Amino acid sequence: MADLNALAEKLGAGFPEGAVEAAFGELTLLLPLAGLHEAIRRLRDDPDLLLDQLTDLCALDWPGREARTELVYHFLSMRKNWRLRVKVGVREDEAAPSVVDLHPCADWLEREVFDMNGVIFAGHPDLRRILTDYGFRGHPLRKDFPTTGYVEVRYDEERKRVIYEPVKLIQEYRQFDFLSPWEGAPHILPGDDKAKAGG
Amino acid sequence: MTEAAITAETGDEILTPEREIRNFTMNFGPQHPAAHGVLRMVVELDGEIVERVDPHIGLLHRGTEKLAESRTYLQNLPYYDRLDYVAPMNQEHAYCLAIEKLLGIGVPRRGSYIRVLYSEIGRILNHLLNVTTQAMDVGALTPPLWGFEEREKLMVFYERACGARLHAAYFRPGGVHQDLPQKLVDDIRAWCHEFPQLVDDLDGLLTDNRIFKQRNVDIGIVTEEDVYAWGFTGVVARSVGLRWDLRRAQPYERYDEFDFRIPVGKTGDCYSRYLMRMEEMRESVKIMLQACDKLDQCAGEPVLTTDNKVAPPRRADMKTSMEALIHHFKLYTEGFKIPAGEVYAAVEAPKGEFGVYLVADGTNKPYRMRIRAPGFAHLQAMDHLCRGHQLADVSAILGSQDIVFGEVDR
Repeated sequence: MADLNALAEKLGAGFPEGAVEAAFGELTLLLPLAGLHEAIRRLRDDPDLLLDQLTDLCALDWPGREARTELVYHFLSMRKNWRLRVKVGVREDEAAPSVVDLHPCADWLEREVFDMNGVIFAGHPDLRRILTDYGFRGHPLRKDFPTTGYVEVRYDEERKRVIYEPVKLIQEYRQFDFLSPWEGAPHILPGDDKAKAGG
Repeated sequence: MTEAAITAETGDEILTPEREIRNFTMNFGPQHPAAHGVLRMVVELDGEIVERVDPHIGLLHRGTEKLAESRTYLQNLPYYDRLDYVAPMNQEHAYCLAIEKLLGIGVPRRGSYIRVLYSEIGRILNHLLNVTTQAMDVGALTPPLWGFEEREKLMVFYERACGARLHAAYFRPGGVHQDLPQKLVDDIRAWCHEFPQLVDDLDGLLTDNRIFKQRNVDIGIVTEEDVYAWGFTGVVARSVGLRWDLRRAQPYERYDEFDFRIPVGKTGDCYSRYLMRMEEMRESVKIMLQACDKLDQCAGEPVLTTDNKVAPPRRADMKTSMEALIHHFKLYTEGFKIPAGEVYAAVEAPKGEFGVYLVADGTNKPYRMRIRAPGFAHLQAMDHLCRGHQLADVSAILGSQDIVFGEVDR
């Protein structure tokens, strides 16, 4: 892998509006949504960066944040042999710029993010659902979407076709949570002399 | 009286009335032997010429990424076998690498060599299936029969290592689940000496075959610009002459200790992709032989990290040690926790770059687990590659792209 410090320096100088983070030997560039399209164009065309392959685009859902959806672009430069992750927060009432004109492979990736997280990409030529069923409702990778979904399908013998029905669970969906309640959380027992003051 | 009839009476040249010629739109799949599973493609045809291809994917979508968010890290591992089910362990590999990167744990030497060995078995499994079914897509029936016989032997090696022919769940964070018996290593070595003969036989059957060449040479040509623009990796990227292989470019595991070559194509057509897969099989056999030798040198060493906060204790320890029993119980109920952070780990899977983007939030379940499948990018370019080709070329291009729907639809 090429020297990441060199890349980090170039990014810091070239993108004053963003912030560069390094962790686990990987670089992350946090960018504001305004000017994203131009920034991605510069990442692609700058001869010092040459991040011209969009490896992946996905979205993280943070229901508690103001910018609920965080788009995560992974770029790769085969010629420079380095990778970069670009993260952008998108509020619910905002549309992200489509980068299909810069990276043709963003086409399906943006359709998938639209399908799964409900982000609208302005300027996308054909923003349809891609992985879910025809006529599907909701955005499955949002944290408030139940894992079981809302509808189920079955073949109806009388109507001789597959029909959709609301999900009926014979048994409550079992969400096993084995996370230890004793670790991490400060549980101070009343009258515990050995507990440190202030938790 | 119509206009045409008048001209017929007067004896002038009969003019056919101008008609609007519409393109023919056809469904390819979802049930089609050349669709490699459940692909539905809406193909717009002008006569025999393809004008537009619109692949409809998602018929095999199982929501792996959503399911992962409610399962512990170890429970998520078997889902990776079900992505690209042609080479299951290569997928697990990327996931294990992501976890190891987040936790900062290493893999013992022997475990690492076993991973290399089985990754290369996966590569041969994949290429055998792809090369032979590509031949079947263009009309040859013998290659799949020969190829599947060898695949069966490799499946047995899978089974002898982990107990399952397909859904292995063998690579674990920190190493592999069980050590290999010496007899198995010897059998794999013996197989490696026999196998090149089959590759030569397939070579004799296909490489100079007139029909095979007519169907594949100069079909579906990829250029270097396409590789960058469409996100191609793996064989498809190398077929245009790019020396890009993650095993060399961004070495992971212990691939830097192995001596092998990266086949590189020149023309970027379906035929060059076929040639490179054949060559990669020969290279994989070399890597496997080296891995077998290296395994002999470290017989008896641990194959899984001894950090019992991540990897379960050995069964024998559990019979005598209370500590081991507690660790086992904790690992298989609560699982291990990963401190907050995010990584992207990629491996050179047989089809291209298979990546896992893992976001941990400090609990025992991933906050988000994103799977980057090479086939997704390759299939997306079908429209770009098929335009202007004949309808029959669609299945040849699809075959050479090496699409498996388990990983495309996830």
